[in-house]
Amino acid sequence: MRIYETVISAFSAVWAHKVRSILTMLGIIIGIFAVTALISVGQSSNAAVTEQIEGLGSNLLTISIRDSRANLDTDDIEGIGNLSGVAAVSPYVSSTYTVKNGNNSMEDISVAGVKADYQDIREYGLLSGRFITDRDSEKRLKVAVIGVDVAVELYNSYDVVGETISIDGIKYEIVGLLEEQGDDETESGDEIVLIPFVTAQRLMENTTISTIYASASSSDIVEAAVANIENYLLQYSSEDNGFTVTSQESILESLDEVTATQTAMLGGIAGISLLVGGIGIMNIMLVSVMERTREIGVEKAIGATRRDILLQFLFEAIIVSGIGGLIGIMLAQFGSGFVGTLAGTEVTVQSGVMLMAFAFSVVIGVGFGIYPAIKASKLNPIDALRYE
Amino acid sequence: MSLIEIKDMYKIYEMGSDKVHALDGVNLTIEEKEFVAIIGPSGSGKSTLMNMIGCLDTPTSGKYLLDSEDISKFSDRRLAKVRNKKIGFIFQQFNLLKKMTALGNVERPVLYTGCRRQERRQQAKEALDMVGLTDRMGHKPNELSGGQQQRVAIARALVNNPPVLLADEPTGNLDSKSGDEIMKMITDLHEAGNTVILITHDSGIAEKADRVLHLSDGKIVSDTRKGSGI
Repeated sequence: MRIYETVISAFSAVWAHKVRSILTMLGIIIGIFAVTALISVGQSSNAAVTEQIEGLGSNLLTISIRDSRANLDTDDIEGIGNLSGVAAVSPYVSSTYTVKNGNNSMEDISVAGVKADYQDIREYGLLSGRFITDRDSEKRLKVAVIGVDVAVELYNSYDVVGETISIDGIKYEIVGLLEEQGDDETESGDEIVLIPFVTAQRLMENTTISTIYASASSSDIVEAAVANIENYLLQYSSEDNGFTVTSQESILESLDEVTATQTAMLGGIAGISLLVGGIGIMNIMLVSVMERTREIGVEKAIGATRRDILLQFLFEAIIVSGIGGLIGIMLAQFGSGFVGTLAGTEVTVQSGVMLMAFAFSVVIGVGFGIYPAIKASKLNPIDALRYE
Repeated sequence: MSLIEIKDMYKIYEMGSDKVHALDGVNLTIEEKEFVAIIGPSGSGKSTLMNMIGCLDTPTSGKYLLDSEDISKFSDRRLAKVRNKKIGFIFQQFNLLKKMTALGNVERPVLYTGCRRQERRQQAKEALDMVGLTDRMGHKPNELSGGQQQRVAIARALVNNPPVLLADEPTGNLDSKSGDEIMKMITDLHEAGNTVILITHDSGIAEKADRVLHLSDGKIVSDTRKGSGI
């Protein structure tokens, strides 16, 4: 028999038992929906975090000094800037303060001390004025560059260069306004105040340098830059874990690892429901083979081969699981908004996941349909014809 | 060359330690266009013989030549093909597929030959026309009377033009009036040139055939031919 005829024949057999087929399908629908939805949640939250990290600049290197005896000063840090592969370097110190303009005030605003290179490292653009310069730092000038949210909240205007801002009661002159950075999950990139590094050290009464940001001169040599910095820092601390140099890439890698495990785990748990659905298919197919024993005998008597019978039953299983899979995928797609609300992140179902889920539903159909189909095909026509 | 040649055929079933000789050395030759009735009480082995002739079963030993081909050595796949092309089954229980219309049932054997849809439909319609059921094509078996169902089954048996029509108690499930109609149809088919093998326990029905084989304990005990004068 021609394959497409067998498929048509299988369709009409599935259609002939509508209620049973739909109930069997339900197991697959729920399983595929759960797998698709959960994997999409995992992927979407990964994508959201990745975007945040990449937003910091792909060449960004973060240096953390943990060894308290390392005792780096600003000159030592300039040495990092001279290393090959390093384009810019800036120490970084930050704390939160209440900032004020007259009676307007904002609490818990992140105030960071940085040097001029910090602008290149973070790829900051300016709406007006200038960025912090190294001279500001050397002279310990009380100047500040502020984010747009601070400008709007305290001055209700973007025209803030030349105004004064009070940080912890000390007045600073505003010399620049940062372009809008946009919010991320944890904090607003626009509720910040940047001041010269040495000025900040004094404000915060903290002279140890524990965080340094640098940028590699291009994304191709990030790893070489990391190695150079590590070598350079060895002269200040030979302790294990005395310092770490992390590139965005390595952060992303470990993040990917975590989320991949998480996604696989979620998918695996959902996969159990799919397994149950598959067993349901096998169950119903076995009942169906029993019921149709006589029919199978007749088909064999009028010329059906084992292959014809096997394919007929196999296609029936695949049709049930395949259609169930498609419905499950559609539910996941249309329900992604709802699932996203539950998961607390915007969820999109990627076409790759849909394809994979559909392929998986077909595999389930084959896997759980093959045994009943073989059983049907092996029925002896005489016994089958005699079956009541 | 004879249409059917059976030589020294044995079929032995092992029931625990007992061996049951369902066929015990059967020799049989059937020519083209013969009308043969195989008669015998239940347990005589006539069903086993029918299964052998119909290629539904293979013998323990012996030879079966159908159309000069040795069927006893055939694989499952080739047997299916022989059943499809060379044998037309007519069962006591009609054995129609319940979910399908009369036309669908008659089309079924043609489907297994790999014929295209239009050709298939055409052949099935012709076969239904032969049994006078053109107006019932779209009916399902449960919408037809017993006699009509058996006529659909006959159309199904004829649709691939097989050399052998094999009828197993074709009137066993019918009232006498439709039984007579069906027997008339089978006799007509024989007269139109078909080879018919009829299995029955009813000697009244066996009388319609030209040749009657009596089967008892797996052996052919008598083989009588009618004179030319029907």
